Amino acid sequence: MKRTFSERLALLSDAAKYDASCASSGSDRRGSTKEAGLGSTERSGICHSWTPDGRCVSLLKILMTNFCIYDCAYCINRVSSGVERARFSVEEIVWLTMEFYRRNYIEGLFLSSGIIRSSDYTMEELVRVAKVLRLDRGFRGYIHLKAIPDASPDLLAEAGLYADRLSINVEMPTETGLTQYAPEKNAVGIRSAMGHIRKKMEATKENTLAGRRPPRFAPGGQSTQMIVGADAATDQDILSSSSALYSDYRLKRVYYSAFSPIPHASQALPIQKPPLLREHRLYQADWLFRFYGFQFQEITESRPDGMLDLEVDPKLSWALDNRATFPVDINQAPHELLLRVPGLGPRSVKILLATRRHKTIRLDDLERLRVSLRKIRPFITTPDWRPVKLIDRLNLKSLFAPPPQQLSLL
Amino acid sequence: MKEHLVSLPEAAPFALWRLYARPLLEAGISPDHVVWRSSSEQDDLFSQPDPKPVTSTSFSQKISKDCLHFLETLLCHANPEKFSLAYRILWRSRRDPALLKTGTDSDVVMASRMTHQISREVHKMKAFVRFREKTPVGSNSRHFAAWFEPEHHILEKAAPFFARRFTDMNWMILTPKGSIGWDGETCVVTRETCARTIFEDEAEALWKTYYRSIFNPARVKVKAMRSEMSPKYWKNLPETELIPEMLAQAARQRW
Repeated sequence: MKRTFSERLALLSDAAKYDASCASSGSDRRGSTKEAGLGSTERSGICHSWTPDGRCVSLLKILMTNFCIYDCAYCINRVSSGVERARFSVEEIVWLTMEFYRRNYIEGLFLSSGIIRSSDYTMEELVRVAKVLRLDRGFRGYIHLKAIPDASPDLLAEAGLYADRLSINVEMPTETGLTQYAPEKNAVGIRSAMGHIRKKMEATKENTLAGRRPPRFAPGGQSTQMIVGADAATDQDILSSSSALYSDYRLKRVYYSAFSPIPHASQALPIQKPPLLREHRLYQADWLFRFYGFQFQEITESRPDGMLDLEVDPKLSWALDNRATFPVDINQAPHELLLRVPGLGPRSVKILLATRRHKTIRLDDLERLRVSLRKIRPFITTPDWRPVKLIDRLNLKSLFAPPPQQLSLL
Repeated sequence: MKEHLVSLPEAAPFALWRLYARPLLEAGISPDHVVWRSSSEQDDLFSQPDPKPVTSTSFSQKISKDCLHFLETLLCHANPEKFSLAYRILWRSRRDPALLKTGTDSDVVMASRMTHQISREVHKMKAFVRFREKTPVGSNSRHFAAWFEPEHHILEKAAPFFARRFTDMNWMILTPKGSIGWDGETCVVTRETCARTIFEDEAEALWKTYYRSIFNPARVKVKAMRSEMSPKYWKNLPETELIPEMLAQAARQRW
């Protein structure tokens, strides 16, 4: 009994939802006005919808197939799972991508797959989808392809020719975790593929000796994902992994995915609610690294057990642990110090820097910028405000922390 | 000092407002002596006749490009206060060239908030327009139409995006504030009110299947969804009617 197209779509998108990334940003800007075809990309990407889990729908995120020869404990598609299996043909994926795109439901396609037959065979099929979209259908929307770790370098190069972004998930923050939960995967293979992608990307920026431009390669860069809460790794372990990934492989993004209990779960795993708040704190730490000039090590070094504070955000937590830095003078402090003040973001810092060249900033100026005075006051001085002893209060944190909650039995 | 009264339709584009603002600025009329009114409001008994718009191009006032661009965006806003706010900023920038860089000035704060709402709505329009197909029999290109309800006058700002993206189709975006049309070669934007038109599209069922399946019921975060996808857009999005049922099902699941 063959399943309908719609039934297979349900299965293959359900299987893809554990991948957190749905970004359609960071590629080169292109449109279809000059040549025949369909589609364009915007630098910042567009989210076309949101589901009730608070996540955005930007790309059609599906698996080519959820059959898999691997047995990774955290994965719903592992060979020992009892999940129903299905497969899409290359033509079916191409058709669905084009039809969704024409109706403005999506920015493009995010295609992943279980491993069938071999890494190379799987990668070849993924590349074929991208190739048909680009060459036969003139599609200029966004394409994100999952790179299969042990696939041949030639296939990766071809993937980069058609895709905007490639990603390989490291899955577990530590090698120990990976060995324990994903016996067929090895950290070395994953990292060498990432290194290969990085080299390819850097090569496109340099002209060859003959002065020819090297072929296009994934202008949207590469990203990866780590599962949070399935193994014993601490936040410090996770963030030091991120730090290495960002610096060694020049990743655009590291995604953190709170481990969701899956149907047909392996016995090896905890059955519990996904630690969403922990995931949120990790993303905040990641933002501090990418937009606020923090080093990952600074964020976790004063935490006693290597875990981020769940009660307050990591920036405030850092400020409370580094009180000697404060209060800072809003009218004098340099850019990088203003970014460390709780309650100020890159946007308000930019406005303050531009404004203070023309006038002195007072407390009511901050209020007009909709900065939370309650949050910022203990950490700054203005001509009309000094935090008298506020910064020295032992119970300063209790001014910010959420009220204690009753434990629920369910 | 004589009061000047200018009546403009609320949808008046920037070019029309400028025809009135320029001569007032040239004549040194301060913002305190100009009343800008949206002509849909009732005329009041003591109103003076409007000043004549002037189309001459010999002006001594130099206004920076950035300032003009900012005011042009501001005038897309639906709030009729925009006319007098724009004139005030124009008047004050002439004396204080750094005005727009003073991000804490109350006029600038208000205007920036309004222009931010405009750019946010343009962004949301790019996201939430949903085309439905109605290709006539025998046509060699495919035809689509969409219904969208913007709060502000943003069609001119959003049009280039749709023209750059959906080049090989024929399409119309109909709204209460006008329409954008593309025939494969030219893009036409009007400001005439359109009637709401909704018809069936077969691919929508697949889109709903996808929306239902990509949702992870173990991570319900309704507030995050609502803050990004404001319920004011829901009535024109095919997928949002599924939300109550999806949430009810998620609540029944035991983890």
